[in-house]
Amino acid sequence: MTEDRQTRRLVLRLCVLVVAMFGFGFALVPIYDVMCQAFGINGKTAGAYQGDQVQDAERQVRVQFLATNAADMVWTFGPQADEVTVHPGASTQMIFVAYNPTDKPMTAQAIPSVAPSKAAAYFHKTECFCFTQQVLQPGERIEMPVRFIVDRDLPADVRHLTLAYTLFDITARKPPVAQATP
Amino acid sequence: MSAVIDPHHAGHGLTDHHHGPAKGLMRWVLTTNHKDIGTMYLWFSFAMFLLGGSMAMVIRAELFQPGLQIVQPEFFNQMTTMHGLIMVFGAVMPAFVGLANWMVPMMIGAPDMALPRMNNFSFWLLPASFGLLVSTLFMEGGGPNFGWTFYAPLSTTYAPESVTFFIFAIHLLGISSIMGAINVVATILNLRAPGMTLMKMPLFVWTWLITGFLLIAVMPVLAGCVTMMLMDIHFGTSFFSAAGGGDPVLFQHVFWFFGHPEVYIMILPAFGAVSSIIPAFARKPLFGYTSMVYATASIAFLSFIVWAHHMFTVGIPLTGELFFMYATMLIAVPTGVKVFNWASTMWQGSMTFETPMLFSVAFVILFTIGGFSGLMLAIAPADFQYHDTYFVVAHFHYVLVPGAIFGIFASAYYWLPKWTGHMYDETLGKLHFWMSFVGMNLAFFPMHFVGLAGMPRRIPDYNMMFANFNMVSSIGAFMFGATQLLFLFIVIKCIRGGTPAAAKPWDGAEGLEWTVPSPAPYHTFSTPPDMATLEAHRTDPRHD
Ligand code: HEM
Ligand SMILES: [Cu+2]
Repeated sequence: MTEDRQTRRLVLRLCVLVVAMFGFGFALVPIYDVMCQAFGINGKTAGAYQGDQVQDAERQVRVQFLATNAADMVWTFGPQADEVTVHPGASTQMIFVAYNPTDKPMTAQAIPSVAPSKAAAYFHKTECFCFTQQVLQPGERIEMPVRFIVDRDLPADVRHLTLAYTLFDITARKPPVAQATP
Repeated sequence: MSAVIDPHHAGHGLTDHHHGPAKGLMRWVLTTNHKDIGTMYLWFSFAMFLLGGSMAMVIRAELFQPGLQIVQPEFFNQMTTMHGLIMVFGAVMPAFVGLANWMVPMMIGAPDMALPRMNNFSFWLLPASFGLLVSTLFMEGGGPNFGWTFYAPLSTTYAPESVTFFIFAIHLLGISSIMGAINVVATILNLRAPGMTLMKMPLFVWTWLITGFLLIAVMPVLAGCVTMMLMDIHFGTSFFSAAGGGDPVLFQHVFWFFGHPEVYIMILPAFGAVSSIIPAFARKPLFGYTSMVYATASIAFLSFIVWAHHMFTVGIPLTGELFFMYATMLIAVPTGVKVFNWASTMWQGSMTFETPMLFSVAFVILFTIGGFSGLMLAIAPADFQYHDTYFVVAHFHYVLVPGAIFGIFASAYYWLPKWTGHMYDETLGKLHFWMSFVGMNLAFFPMHFVGLAGMPRRIPDYNMMFANFNMVSSIGAFMFGATQLLFLFIVIKCIRGGTPAAAKPWDGAEGLEWTVPSPAPYHTFSTPPDMATLEAHRTDPRHD
């Protein structure tokens, strides 16, 4: 039965296509991340920035700070100032303060986002509390620095940008390690 | 080949020398016959249509007046979600698979589907899947309430417990439609009668071939999407959770990569069906057959590169907005080609308006309205106003109800004589059409206005100023819903009796399915038809 053989071959090929497309669905994840990184879209910022820049004293950019708690997150969380004005190229520091009002140790993760999203690729963080997780003991309060440089190549029409953090409670996912005995 | 064939002897007609169907319930459980399976798909789809329809009645009853009257918001959300899921995956898609099962082998002169046993399995997965899905409504915390598009993290972090069963149900129905699609594609590519070249295939077969490939390409992506949800919920991954480095917007990209081709999966077979029906009742060959094939193929191709038109407001970059805006508008070109071809087919035809034709003509007109509202939505800056309003609801109901559903009704009336051996009741059929036509326009047209005025979708309450239009919508919806019981009655009446149907009851109809007696014998084309004689026959004016 050549027809049977033909059908079997076709079905096999179609099954390969099915498996490939299932894989493609998952491949969309890294593709998406790469695209966001490459084009600085979606407000995603890159990891720690190593470079150094000369400041552009001619130009000023307003950087606003936003702190939001994700649902169910009970910490108090906020920046020490709502806004700073910086020169592109200059390194600036801002302190965010977090406080755990509960009677349990908790772990948190802050996720940054920059608006407008086309500015994200020009916003470099040299140091950030969002690179790690924070563990706070009951009633503990910390000051967390973020140090950043606004790139000199920031498009000219961007005069102010917003750095927003959302703080997530990830205690369930990463339980705080028991405190070392003093 | 005419009305003199006695339906009782049809089983011993020219092509059949096998035994008939087995007796009793096991016939349906174990059957591998494409006609039996097609029948089961169609009945299943109709049952889901009524179930999803009852949920729509709950929604419209709640929206009859502003304020909360009948249901709680939590339950309202479950109704909108389940209505969408059941209509898309339970009513429209299985109806087309049922039509393909019945008609594709008969249209290409094949004895059955290429993989009959898999065919049985893919059908029986569906009751399992939807049993599971509907059972979630009775679970603690209720069923899915996050919209048929189930955006994460609403469907992961904030979902009711039953979401795991929802995911499993999607897996099952996905496997079912993938197997169904493989079967149809294999049948079309490998089982055509000698002489039935690709460019001689009826357009229903062509559109199903292309739909089959769309299904094979995107159903696995949907499966991947729900699998990622499952992993986020139970295995601690964070594909869509920002807290763990994932991204909720990624969900929308994955979903709509499936979702936009999916909307064409729901319309292409209907394009094919009306492309057979309009020529039959205009008594003219289809205008521009070749362009129809290429238009279908280009629609299918373009459907892969427009998905982000559902996401204009999530914050994609300007170049992205422009790309997806123009790509979306480009789809209107091949779609327009089709509409003009249907219109040209009717032009100067000797038209009669039996029920299948009424549904087909309404299809062309009303689907075009849906296409126009689609174009409005495709204008990215305008979509910031329209997005998530009732305008979107009006758009997709215009393409799905008088598009997909009317296409299915037209097909059902057109082929019922072939399936049952009886003519349906033409008066009741026309009544069904006019009630559906008036009901659906009353229900959905006002939604354009309330949407443009800013009424958000998926909310059980609304501003007083939308009250009148909503009441009209609800009345239209009740009318449309009730009318579908009439359709049930017409079909049952047609199965039980009626004027015996000729082998070719429509004088303008073309195609191999009309060369076998009515009702179609249990086995057809066990020996392939001879295309050469048939074609000579067709040009013979004395035939029929
Ligand atoms: C000319 C062709 C079409 C164009 C230009 C078009 C355009 C669009 C756009 C831009 C949206 C997103 C609106 C928003 O969410 O703000 C949309 C939504 C939708 N369209 Fe279309 N469309 C077309 C044809 C179709 C067809 C043929 C179908 C199905 C048979 C369809 C089904 C849908 C559905 C179901 C949605 C809403 C999904 C949801 O959010 O729940 N469309 N369409
Ligand atoms: Cu779309």
